[in-house]
Amino acid sequence: MPHDHHDHSHEGLSPSGHPYRADNDTGLSYWQVMEIALRELLIEKGHLTAAQIHAQINAMDSRSPANGARVVARAWVDLEFKAALLDNAGEASRTMGFDIGPMHLIALENTNEVHNVVVCTLCSCYPRNLLGLPPDWYKSRAYRSRTVIEPRKVLLEFGLSLPEQMQVRVHDSTADMRYIVIPAQPEDSFGLSEEALATWVTRDSMIGVGLPLAPQ
Amino acid sequence: MGGDPAGPINPDEHDFALWEKRVDALMVLTSAAGLMTTDSLRRVLEDMGPDAYETMTYYERWIASVAQNMVEAGAVTTEELGAKMAEVRARGITYGAAS
Repeated sequence: MPHDHHDHSHEGLSPSGHPYRADNDTGLSYWQVMEIALRELLIEKGHLTAAQIHAQINAMDSRSPANGARVVARAWVDLEFKAALLDNAGEASRTMGFDIGPMHLIALENTNEVHNVVVCTLCSCYPRNLLGLPPDWYKSRAYRSRTVIEPRKVLLEFGLSLPEQMQVRVHDSTADMRYIVIPAQPEDSFGLSEEALATWVTRDSMIGVGLPLAPQ
Repeated sequence: MGGDPAGPINPDEHDFALWEKRVDALMVLTSAAGLMTTDSLRRVLEDMGPDAYETMTYYERWIASVAQNMVEAGAVTTEELGAKMAEVRARGITYGAAS
């Protein structure tokens, strides 16, 4: 019966037809065992506390690209702030209440002539205090290898086609130096409030692989 | 790695599992405690060689590096880690049960 095969292929899929995401109920891997063991040892031996780990995860969860979007929106409406941001992005972001940590943060302004894109060829350095944890593709071998040799081709894979005459600058992050892109403000958004503008600023536009978008 | 040829970029993303967030937190907190640095994290990652990128996930490589760094810093010994891992494994067959 042809239906048998059809039904069989849906085994293990959620009602929406997607595979279930591996989480805490899957078999314990070697590396997960190592994580549990190391964490418990560090607590037992007094190097860390469980409360510190809990607080760190909460802080991590509370960071999202919405933080970076607020910084960009402020830069769009406040030229004085934008100048301060381009001069010292860490200091300027701190004045908005964001904890930037000890790293050096550099803001890169996209203009009609220049488009900036950020990569970390060494590992996965990312402005995580303003954008949260980096997406999987940012950490992938393909993105890290190719962005520095064929950025326009990489950007095309993200659906971003830049005019021939626009200069593309690729910035390679390091452990101590992180970059955030200040995308050019779309003309359609001129005149909106700072709060409304923040909803236009996408995560990808702050990495340089996308552009700001009107909220859906 | 930068500049090496590579295939298309896979745009898929996933939400981080609890164990991955914990690995991240361990790296951040042990660094803040002066037990390791971003550079020492990376040194161990690079020592693993390119094969590790094909066979291990991102946070698998990270926990391997953080553990190696903790041994080098004298925060834990390999014997302690081995014994604790055996103890953890004996607790159950899922992450939830063992942690």
